Amino acid sequence: MAAGSTYTPIATTTLGSAQASVTFSSLGSYTDLIVVLTPIRSTSDTNTIFRFNGDSGSNYSATAMYGDGSTAASYRLTSYGWLNAGYTTTNQQTQIVQIMNYGNTTTHKSVLVRQSNTGSAAQAIVGRWANTAAITSVVFSLENGTNFATGSTFTLYGIQAA
Amino acid sequence: MANTFELIAAVTVGAGGASSIDFTSIPSTYTDLCLKVSTRATGSFPQGFMILRINGTTPGNVVNRYLTGNGSSASSSVISNADGSAAQSQGATSTASTFSNGEWYIPNYAGSTAKSISSDSVSETNGTTIKASMIATLSPATTAVSSLTIVIGDDGSGSLSNFAQYSTAYLYGVKNA
Repeated sequence: MAAGSTYTPIATTTLGSAQASVTFSSLGSYTDLIVVLTPIRSTSDTNTIFRFNGDSGSNYSATAMYGDGSTAASYRLTSYGWLNAGYTTTNQQTQIVQIMNYGNTTTHKSVLVRQSNTGSAAQAIVGRWANTAAITSVVFSLENGTNFATGSTFTLYGIQAA
Repeated sequence: MANTFELIAAVTVGAGGASSIDFTSIPSTYTDLCLKVSTRATGSFPQGFMILRINGTTPGNVVNRYLTGNGSSASSSVISNADGSAAQSQGATSTASTFSNGEWYIPNYAGSTAKSISSDSVSETNGTTIKASMIATLSPATTAVSSLTIVIGDDGSGSLSNFAQYSTAYLYGVKNA
């Protein structure tokens, strides 16, 4: 039997004007999700953050390692109100967010983030959302509440196990 | 259902090796590019490097910001005058039959903005000279990426070498619609 497509674009957004957040709310029925972002900040350097199902409670934790060009280090975030996709500057950069087994209703959800920004760091992050609900929406925004700049791109892909 | 992760071209290095791996005439019909490689150099050194050059140029103003682990410590550095996006590879004096693994991801490669590249690679040999690296690259090139060239060399001296037989490179195109 011929294999079907397992890497399917679900939605994509290229900002035509500065915008505070980007939401994906029609996630489809896949096994995993991948979001490829090329965010640029408008006003001041800050983290791109994301939340699931509109949950802004202290239900997120993460462990990260990064290299900023002079120091290699690791940090943890516990009981946070969001997950971090990477420090966002005026540089063109790449952030890739993998969300595993997002539709299940029995486990906390885990994510892997890979950020490449020569303006800040090469970084990898593993994150957890302490909720067993299926993920039905993901919203990306900037930690300081300012806007993403024009030209920032956000693309959501669905990964099918079979 | 749309197939959006498509193989554009594949290269397997034959007997005698190759001084570079080249992808030319890359169509602009995708959104992102993903290049997956398995490589080893023919030069007599244990730890090698690779450089991914865009559009055949060696501009000398590409920035690579490294996070590297060698099995005992992690370090970070930045090189601001590179010719391309870096990655790790084995040399000929590393453990026999071991090849490195690496991946470059280039979003919005056909656009007119500077190119941000994510590079992940590892040269694992069960020996003492290994590296795993995550690298953030920014190429100031604002033209569409139409060709990619990978070269390989000695991580110690910086001199270039050849790709060993059986080195492979697969270039994929990723569409967002």
